[in-house]
Amino acid sequence: MKQKSRGVILALIPFALMVLAFQLVPVLSMLTGSFQKADGTGLTLGNYLHALQSAYYMQAIKNSLLISLTSSLIGIIVGLFCAYCITWFTPRVRDRLLMLSNMTSNFAGVPLAFAYIILLGNNGVFTLLFKQWGWSVFTDFDLYSWSGLILVYVYFQVPLALLLLYPSFYGIREQWREAASLLGAGPWQFWKTIGLPILTPAIFGTLGILFANAMGAYATAYALVGGNYNLLAVRIGSLVAGDVVTQPEMGSTLAVLLGLTTILAVYLNHLMVRRTERFGAKALSKPDVKTKSSRRLWTAASEEVGQ
Amino acid sequence: MNIRKAGFAPRTFMLMLMVYLLLPLLATGIYAFAQDWQNTLLPQAWTLNWFGEMFKDIRFLEALWTSLYLCLISVVLSLTVMLPAVFVITIYFPRWESFMKVIVVLPYAVPGVVAAVGLIRTYSSGPFNIAGTAYLLVGAYFVVILPYMYQGIRNSLLTVNAVELLHAAELLGARRRTAFVNVILPNIWPGVIVSALLSFSVLFGEFVLTNMLVGGHIQTIQVYLYQRMGESGHLASAIAISYFLFILVLSMVLMKLGKKMGGGVKG
Repeated sequence: MKQKSRGVILALIPFALMVLAFQLVPVLSMLTGSFQKADGTGLTLGNYLHALQSAYYMQAIKNSLLISLTSSLIGIIVGLFCAYCITWFTPRVRDRLLMLSNMTSNFAGVPLAFAYIILLGNNGVFTLLFKQWGWSVFTDFDLYSWSGLILVYVYFQVPLALLLLYPSFYGIREQWREAASLLGAGPWQFWKTIGLPILTPAIFGTLGILFANAMGAYATAYALVGGNYNLLAVRIGSLVAGDVVTQPEMGSTLAVLLGLTTILAVYLNHLMVRRTERFGAKALSKPDVKTKSSRRLWTAASEEVGQ
Repeated sequence: MNIRKAGFAPRTFMLMLMVYLLLPLLATGIYAFAQDWQNTLLPQAWTLNWFGEMFKDIRFLEALWTSLYLCLISVVLSLTVMLPAVFVITIYFPRWESFMKVIVVLPYAVPGVVAAVGLIRTYSSGPFNIAGTAYLLVGAYFVVILPYMYQGIRNSLLTVNAVELLHAAELLGARRRTAFVNVILPNIWPGVIVSALLSFSVLFGEFVLTNMLVGGHIQTIQVYLYQRMGESGHLASAIAISYFLFILVLSMVLMKLGKKMGGGVKG
């Protein structure tokens, strides 16, 4: 018996060491770092006070929150429409469409920013073309600013929203629709009183993932605007790995603040997934539910890592 | 809900979505083959020069090689560490799974840029000064793919009913290690391969950690792409498109494999 447990424990040691060394210790170090004074001695709340009082950092936080919220909201609205549309197609076409959106979700980060620079940058193909055609609508458009960032962020939010949302549309049974229409409900009334309430947990859960995804997006913003637009993720990057003077304590503080918002958002998703599953457990067969949540995890992760 | 037929509205809507999603890709593709593309809807002359230059560029080949072996080492390391660990946890300590879920979800909740801060702080001084080395990067990569590996291996173990398989093998007199190597491993291998490939493609596209942790010292394909972006748009397009095609082939292999296994892992 004794030997049995020794072998079992032995198999866990490398795993525990790796997680400890590269996940838990760094997170702890970041936490302690955020409470440290610049000279490395003593504990202080000064960094947080400084972050929240400095107009510069507050602007970064505000910009990040705004851009994440806006792009998530646009993403979720477009995603909802598309997910609904997808239910109308035959399974064959549907799988093709899903595959295409999944494929484009690999096109993120540096290559994506680059593609947009080719299309709409200062010397972008469309920029020059529109200028030649005299379309004045686009003369004010600046890819390296708020509107450009929104455009690029929405690009990676929409496929993610679509992939996360479409399974929940299949939780809506055709029978419910028939029952509702037998009872005299029009399509509008059906969606208002039955469809949307069923989708609500999924929508809020997905919103959480999208928000976290946008908050943490660094590669796209970094490749597109460099340090020229004040975003939280970009600020953190330049504070700890910048070319000029690095301020690891301040970087840790901002990183903790950013981490808190994404953890909160992912936690929201977790709560909502649990609600959906409890809610849909009777309507959906068990394996369906499992597929849904694991796919949610998989796609969410692949997106997030891609940024 | 699939008895109805797609009408005009869903068709147009999806068409618009696909155009929107494919346009940047298409533009990059055209740019990679264009000799000169200005002021016209399509380029006036086509060329394969940019691809030729790409393959002549020794720095590109080096970056490609660096990416390949770093990702490979990380995935192999992850496999050797995770396979026994997930096996032991799933079979012997199912009660620890809620704890595991927290660990596994952390890489989602903690974005790369945040994780990098902690890693830099921990390893830039003190007893383990490995800042800027491949060791640090491989460690960071291990955490990045942790969720995929855990989920994939665990799902495969549950799909093949590992507990019963193990009991049967032990009943027939096999020792635990023999049972694991000869009975469990061959059964979960296809699922494990799928998660390994997925992890590989995720790491291949990794930029944040790579740039922040070792950006100046080790050039992966993403870092190289970022550096070439400002120099020649056409060359960078050729690189971006080749990179994308590579990932595409990889994910198609993944899908085929996943379908073959009846969707045991990816669902």
